[in-house]
Order: sequence, then C-alpha cells, then structure tokens
Amino acid sequence: MSTPLLEIDNLRVTFPTPKGPIDVVRGISFTLGRERLGIVGESGSGKSMTGRAILKLIRAPGKVSADTFRFDGIDLNKQSEKAMRSIRGARISMVMQDPKFSLNPVMTVGEQIAEALQTHKRLPRRETQQRVLSMLEAVRIADPERVATLYPHEISGGMGQRVMIAMMLIPEPDLLIADEPTSALDVSVQAQVLDIIDEQVKRKGMGLIFISHDLNLVSSYCDRILVMNTGKIVEECKAGELRNATHPYTRGLIAAIPRLDETRDELPVLDRNAWAAK
Amino acid sequence: MSALVLNNLDISYGETQITHSISLDIAEGESFALVGESGSGKSTVLKAVAGLAPQWTGSITAFGQPRSHGIDQHFAKHCQMVFQDPYGSLHPRKTVDAILSEPLAVHGIGSQNSRVEDILVAVGLDRKFRFRYPHQLSGGQRQRVAIARALMLEPKLLLLDEPTSALDVSVQAEILNLLKRLRREQNLTFLMVTHNLPVVSFLCDRLAVMRHGRIVEIADVAELKRGALKETYSRELMEISVAHTG
Repeated sequence: MSTPLLEIDNLRVTFPTPKGPIDVVRGISFTLGRERLGIVGESGSGKSMTGRAILKLIRAPGKVSADTFRFDGIDLNKQSEKAMRSIRGARISMVMQDPKFSLNPVMTVGEQIAEALQTHKRLPRRETQQRVLSMLEAVRIADPERVATLYPHEISGGMGQRVMIAMMLIPEPDLLIADEPTSALDVSVQAQVLDIIDEQVKRKGMGLIFISHDLNLVSSYCDRILVMNTGKIVEECKAGELRNATHPYTRGLIAAIPRLDETRDELPVLDRNAWAAK
Repeated sequence: MSALVLNNLDISYGETQITHSISLDIAEGESFALVGESGSGKSTVLKAVAGLAPQWTGSITAFGQPRSHGIDQHFAKHCQMVFQDPYGSLHPRKTVDAILSEPLAVHGIGSQNSRVEDILVAVGLDRKFRFRYPHQLSGGQRQRVAIARALMLEPKLLLLDEPTSALDVSVQAEILNLLKRLRREQNLTFLMVTHNLPVVSFLCDRLAVMRHGRIVEIADVAELKRGALKETYSRELMEISVAHTG
C-alpha cells in the first residue's frame, strides 16, 4: 500500500447536552488505502457519525476534532466550508441509507444525476447526457433512456438505490462512503446493489468505507473490518478472520445472528453492562 | 383444530389483483412463515387476515369462525398484528400506558392497571417505561411495546409483519427470543412474514414461499435447514441467503 488515501488520528465528535458535552465518537484512529473497509456496530455506536465526520457533515452544535485528519494530502481540519464543497461529491461521496428520502422528489432521475456532474465539471450538454446514460447502464439499469426521464416515486427501492449510486459515482470520486446502502432493500436486491458497488469500486480503484450493522454482509464485501462500540474501535481485523475475533463484543454480535441451519433454542444476547462502563 | 385456514384467497387493491388463490392451513400452536421478495404479496396476505385489505374473495377462517369483510371485533380479540417498523406503528403522542390500555377500553375489559403491569413484565420491559412516550424508547424497546399491545387482548393468533427487520442483529436476537418464549408460555400461533430465512429457521415450524402473488412451495423448516427445498425459486432464495451469511 502506498500513501494512504485517508489518515485519521484521534477523531472525536462531540455534541453539547444540558448535562455537559457528550462524545459520540471517542478518539478513533485509522488509515485507509485504496481498499474496502467495513465499519460495523450497533445503532448508537458512532459508525454513521464517523462517516459524516469525514465529509465534515456534522452540523453545529456538533463538533468534530482530530489530531490528524488528512485526505489525499489535504488537511481536512483546515478546509473552509467552501473548500469542503469542492471535495464533497467530487473527491469523497456518500451513499445514504434510504433512496426514498435522499432523492429529490420533484426532479427526474436523469436531471439529478446530471446535476451531480455539472456541480463539479463544466461539460457540453450532450456529453453530460451521454455520461448520465452510460452511468445508469453501469449500475445495471436496463433501459437508461426511459429511466432517466422518470421521477423517484416511479421507480422501485432497489432501482432508487442504484440511481443514488450512479449519482455518487458520476463525478468519479476517490473515496466512497456507503452508509447502510442496502438496509432499506430486499435480500435479493441487496446482493445486486452490493455487487454493483463492488464492481465500480474495483474498476475505478476507489477506496470504500462500508458502514453497516450486518457483520456477515460486511465480511463478505470488505477487505478489512473495524468494529465500533460506544464511539470506540474495539476490534480491527481482516474480513476473512472475523470468525476468530477476540473481543467479547464482536463475538457477541456474531453469535446473535441466527443461522440457516439453526439448532440453538435461544440466541445469546449481548450483556451490555459488561463493557459499557469502560 | 386449525388456527387459521385460508381458502382460495384472491386479494385486490382496486383493479390490481395481488394474490392468486392462496390456500393455507395453519394448526393451533404452529409457527408459520411466509417468505418471498418484496412485491410477492406476502404482507398483503397478513393485511387481509388483519382486516386492513378488505377487498378479497375466498375465505378466511380463524379457529372455526369465518372472518367478515368489515371490522370484526370478535376476530380482533383472537387475532392481533405486530408491524415492521416500531418507529411508525406506535402513536407518538400517547404514553406506553395509554397505548397498552386502548385495546382493553375498546373491548370493554376491566382491571386495566394490573393487566398493563403484567404484560410489561411478560415482554421484559421495566416498570419505569410505563409512562414514557415512544420517542423516549429505543427501537428494541418500542418493538417490545408493539408486541405487548398485540398481546393485551390475549389473542391466540399473532400476525407478525417482518417484526425484526428494522432492528440491529443484537436487538433482533432479543426480540426473537422473546417471541419464542411468549409462544411457548401463552400457546400462541404465529403467522410471520419475513425475507430473512435464518429467522424462519430459528422461529418457525413450516414456511410457504411466495412469488408473484402465488404460493410456490410449502415446506417444513427441517427441509429448509437441510437445504432440501424443492422448487427452483425457493432454492434461489436459499442460495442468496447462504451467500450472505457465509
């Protein structure tokens, strides 16, 4: 691995509350190359906040701080809001969880994807249109000319998520953050959408941060996994070695998943008090 | 006696026919799963049984009593439903206490106080949650309230529409354990809709695979565990599931 794409040291995200500030991300450090990194954890573990913090999308009164916070040589700590806008989308982009709420309901799919491109590049209209159609094709939409003229309510959830991916990938970013990209979708569609992300990430040699609560899913689509609990990274391992995880929290998460050939009468449940105090 | 018999059930929304001659026979105390992709009509079957999709032909019979097309109070007493999204299915301006007392008030059942207390214990919620609002609870706690609400009338048949798909795996394990225990303790019959085959394997005795509004196959869970489903489509579903859970 050459110079890392993303270097983060001691990242904190803090929100003020009437009882004093609360850290939702408590000093995490990691580096990312052009690889696929999975971040897993339960709700409230800070995994989504980490993703948003990288894009500096935490709104006031929330605060982000880090000792090192570098993306491809750019110090993100020092970037102004205006400078961030030229990084977001163009260099780092994010696929959100639910296509229903993340697409603009009053713009056609084609217009929205074109907008994502035009924000960062000035291109002749015909070429923009061409790129939109080939992008839709790349995310395996069978009839791009027709789909580009549809509104978000006229397409299915799986198709909506593919449109989102198209929109995020068309400016050709270096890093894609996918925050639970498939949890609003059916199992059968899930696999398709993940394969598309995977294919695009591999072909363009991007870095991917895949945020999910589903350990199995993450382990089958990523190279490396970070397990988060209450704002901290409790375990880091190669995806293939997840079965040998040592931290009790990771082991608890794995054990809680029912299996297809289930024989256990009761599923083991996490004892949250055991390490929540730490 | 059969808990629920569906015979040639055709359900429509307006002009569109969603299911085509669905026939099922679920024994008392059984836990039965409907699986399939979205759009296969599995949730629609539950809705018709619950009375939320009144445009159907054929017959729905629960515990020997045919269901009418309208609101059926007698039917509601025996058959209750738990919905997928614990964030959407609880009234945001009502406390847990009010949510749980409402079915009792509707059916004119007394001793509300002690019944609410008992049910909170049964679903494993601390008493301190009784006078809280849904937004003060976590997803898992809300789903416990939704299950408690369904159990208030002491129904014999519980309709479960993807009861754990909105939850984290760790919380899903808690809710699945809870459902399994309640079924054993109260001798409930489950009809559950899900697309998660491992959950079926954990909680159910039999399953029906649905596609395009038709039942493709009815099988024992033992066959699912052995990977011995017969139809090509059922096998496809199984393979996707195996690929994901590796």
